[in-house]
Amino acid sequence: MASLNVRAALLSVSFLILALGLWEMATQPPEAQTGLTEYEMLMGGVEQESRVPPPSAVIKLAWAELSDPFYDAGANDKGIGIQLAYSVYRVLTGYLAAMAIALPVGFLIGMSPLMYKALNPYIQVLRPISPLAWMPLALFIIQDSDASAIFVIFICSIWPMLLNTAFGVANVRQDWVNVARTHELGPLRTAITVILPAAAPTILTGMRISIGIAWLVIVAAEMLVGGTGIGYYVWNEWNNLDLASVIFSILMIGVVGMLLDLALGKAQKLVEYKE
Amino acid sequence: MSKSFLEVDGLSKVYPDGQGGELTVFEDIRFALEKGEFVCIIGHSGCGKSTILNVLAGLDEASAGNVVMNGKEVKGPGLERGVVFQNYSLLPWKTALNNIVFAVQARWPKWSKEKVKEHSERYLKMVGLDHALNRKPSQLSGGMRQRVSIARAFATQPELLLLDEPFGALDALTRGVIQDELVKIWEETRQTVFMITHDVDEAILLSDRIFLMSNGPNARIAESVKVDIPHPRARATIFQNPAYHKTRDYLVDFLVNRSGSALPEKDGSPKFVEPARDVSQSKPVSAGSETESETAARAVNA
Repeated sequence: MASLNVRAALLSVSFLILALGLWEMATQPPEAQTGLTEYEMLMGGVEQESRVPPPSAVIKLAWAELSDPFYDAGANDKGIGIQLAYSVYRVLTGYLAAMAIALPVGFLIGMSPLMYKALNPYIQVLRPISPLAWMPLALFIIQDSDASAIFVIFICSIWPMLLNTAFGVANVRQDWVNVARTHELGPLRTAITVILPAAAPTILTGMRISIGIAWLVIVAAEMLVGGTGIGYYVWNEWNNLDLASVIFSILMIGVVGMLLDLALGKAQKLVEYKE
Repeated sequence: MSKSFLEVDGLSKVYPDGQGGELTVFEDIRFALEKGEFVCIIGHSGCGKSTILNVLAGLDEASAGNVVMNGKEVKGPGLERGVVFQNYSLLPWKTALNNIVFAVQARWPKWSKEKVKEHSERYLKMVGLDHALNRKPSQLSGGMRQRVSIARAFATQPELLLLDEPFGALDALTRGVIQDELVKIWEETRQTVFMITHDVDEAILLSDRIFLMSNGPNARIAESVKVDIPHPRARATIFQNPAYHKTRDYLVDFLVNRSGSALPEKDGSPKFVEPARDVSQSKPVSAGSETESETAARAVNA
């Protein structure tokens, strides 16, 4: 009896083959028909362009793209690696900026019930705003599409981090705070040596949620601002009616999103502790 | 009262009772501890023992009264008072050793890393945990965790050690073993200890004096019972001492029959009682108990 992992892997692969097979069959070009209309002959056959490409075509394209991911042949023809790198760069920049604000402010709110009560109404109003709704305002104020995209990432990733940090800090066990107090630790040392490690798992959970949201939002933001990035790439290939590229880039968005989540998951493991 | 190491004067704690009124948990708590004394405090739940201990630790504030240690008023927590909490309060992300290193570093910030480590390891060895230095609290049993917690408190060498029912969450067998270890460490270090317990036998094994609290609300420390059994003591042999049974009977009688109505002396200090006075020919336990016995009145009812 093979282990659970091996059996799961086998099953996964069979699902993949089944799905790809169905997809391939469903997208076969129709049999060449006798007697094409004049119009159809002029158009080069029946519904050549409107079919979803079969997986074989997508795989072929993926192979070509991935074997040279960083080519740069002008504004509208860059490798998938370059486009993804642009997106990752924007996500990380906005995300790190959000972190720089969310962690200290979260600490403040978590440690001070006064600040919590004072700031909570603003957070509750700002949090549910779709990050893309900020885009026009950002474009107007910042006057730079790239920076505006980064701002949108910033504004969407700040809330989960902020709230989770505040929650984690506010709920550190009083016993541990008492340990710090009986050992005469100052406020800063208490924050760093006791509260931070105690709240770290909760904070990391917020950071993981944030990176997920940021990656969701960057695609839409880049579709709006254009120029570079995976979101722009998808939209551009749609305009080119290159469906194989669209499907390929959709898959790449998923893969990169998964990698970002995995990285944060690993970080989360590092700070976890059992009581 | 002459100058004692620790003087507690007129402590009381009042909480709002939730219906607009007030609830006085305990009032006019007065006692003194001498350097090197081991004192246990026993009372039924709700009489405010833990609050008293937390006030001594500086973690809680009394509604009235004050605590003076070494001639200085106690305000807020401090390293000269070590606390062992009932739930161990170890930092779960640190190993056993690092939990102690954390405390030792806080106590002596100028020590070198090697010295801190060596000192911490010595105290872990004292509680028999030198094999578990690098385990996290979650990988230790309850008894082992409490040992780490005790080692942490002793390692900082506080002038006053406060133990809040340290063995309350342990099974009887483990409790016995750790009690023996506590006796051993205490014989080595002769720390001044103030400890809360619910266990009469534990109190007799460990203390020089036992404070008996009347029931709350408006609880008082009614009596201070001398345990006239010589050190070093051992759990296996202590019951052979006739003073042990006299003391034990006295304590149980108080807790069962008299804790509801018992009152301290008129001046608020606990009545000093020596239940084993006629059976015990042993030497006085410490100089501290003796001065106490001179200043305090004899028990009227035994």
